[in-house]
Amino acid sequence: MAIRNALLALLAEGPKHGYQLKIEFEAAMGGSWPLNIGQVYTTLQRCARDGLIEPTDATGEDVRQRPYRLTEAGREVLHSWLAAPVDRDPPQRDELAVKLLVVLATSAADPAVVIQAQRTATLERLQQLNHFARDTDPAEDFAWLLVVDHLILQADAEVRWLDLCEQRLARAGPEAVAAAARRAAADVAADPGDGGEEDTVAAADGPDRPQPDAGWSR
Amino acid sequence: MSGAVLELDAVRRVFGTGRGATTALDGVSLSVAAGELVAVMGPSGSGKSTLLTLAGGLDEPTSGRVRVGGADLAALDAEALAGLRCRTVGYVFQDFNLLPTLTAAENVAVPLELDGVGARAGRRQAHEALAGVGLAGLADRFPDALSGGEQQRTAIARACVGPRRLLLADEPTGALDSLAGEQVLAVLRDKADAGLAVVLVTHEARYAAWADRVVFLRDGRAQDQAGPPAGPETLLAGSDVTP
Repeated sequence: MAIRNALLALLAEGPKHGYQLKIEFEAAMGGSWPLNIGQVYTTLQRCARDGLIEPTDATGEDVRQRPYRLTEAGREVLHSWLAAPVDRDPPQRDELAVKLLVVLATSAADPAVVIQAQRTATLERLQQLNHFARDTDPAEDFAWLLVVDHLILQADAEVRWLDLCEQRLARAGPEAVAAAARRAAADVAADPGDGGEEDTVAAADGPDRPQPDAGWSR
Repeated sequence: MSGAVLELDAVRRVFGTGRGATTALDGVSLSVAAGELVAVMGPSGSGKSTLLTLAGGLDEPTSGRVRVGGADLAALDAEALAGLRCRTVGYVFQDFNLLPTLTAAENVAVPLELDGVGARAGRRQAHEALAGVGLAGLADRFPDALSGGEQQRTAIARACVGPRRLLLADEPTGALDSLAGEQVLAVLRDKADAGLAVVLVTHEARYAAWADRVVFLRDGRAQDQAGPPAGPETLLAGSDVTP
């Protein structure tokens, strides 16, 4: 949806054809997101089908040369997207979180080693990102700088999370963590609830717990 | 390592005795060369600050050696240590520690005055040092007329002025917002690139990542180190760089 909505925003400035949209989208993203031209045409066709955009009257023979304009319906979709905060629910499942949690649940590896290996790798990534940020002139490449800032703060948050995990583990002690994992498994075994069904989301959880997407249902 | 400005060799520091003894550092070895920025990370109580106070000659190790500029600190008398702290080592703290009744330039000139540099030469050097941290136009401001980031850059200028070779920074970004923190790190990086040995203690990964090496301390031990960064070209090789 992000691409579609971004293209609608670009079309709100006036009619544009596919290649132009590709160029303008990539420039807006600071070069961080190269678009396949085929992807642009597919998205435009889908938008036209849904009545969000329409070809201009200019009857170019080649579909690819034909500029599209935003319809009233398209404008509404765009405006409601811009007005609404981005919805982060359900939270995306993060591979690192899965790895660490499964290590804690199974003793498949030493959590301290997993944490340290990831922290070192993320720090190296941060070093690279800092190089990018330093080499970027905000006057020339503002969008790119914001992209790099975003990646830096994500990586920073990951390291903080690892630090916190480590501290919590140290405070609880390995025995307590293992015992908690065993208890949790026993609880689920005793009361499987709807856990066997892929699509049930709420299952046995309390209503306050943020729900993962269906593929991750507990 | 030859050419190392700071060398810690199997340094232990134990506070207290008997059953109440706490081992703050437990055999840490670390070498920082001129031109190198090394970050020290670790949770509270991991020994980060103890490491800095030992490196600056403000405290003595229980065992092991600390050398600054090749001189074994244990072999220096009080006067020589004071001279080392005044001329060779500079400190930067989280809360700036500028004197509120002095202008930025006067603050920077303080260590020069203590070292017997004449007032005029001191003023000139202070202005140069402030220009070196991007504050040329603010030399006559008092600290309360400077932003947090500007105050910290003033503190860095003060810590680098004169013939200093080693800069020790203890959470210098702790009181700053992201942009000001980044500017402070850029200045520390510049100082390292200009030939100082810089040790940065921080718990913030994004600042530690400006360093040439990152050392993790945990329970008084150095865990391992993240090496120098790979080339930036490897970073965005994948396509999933979308924020």
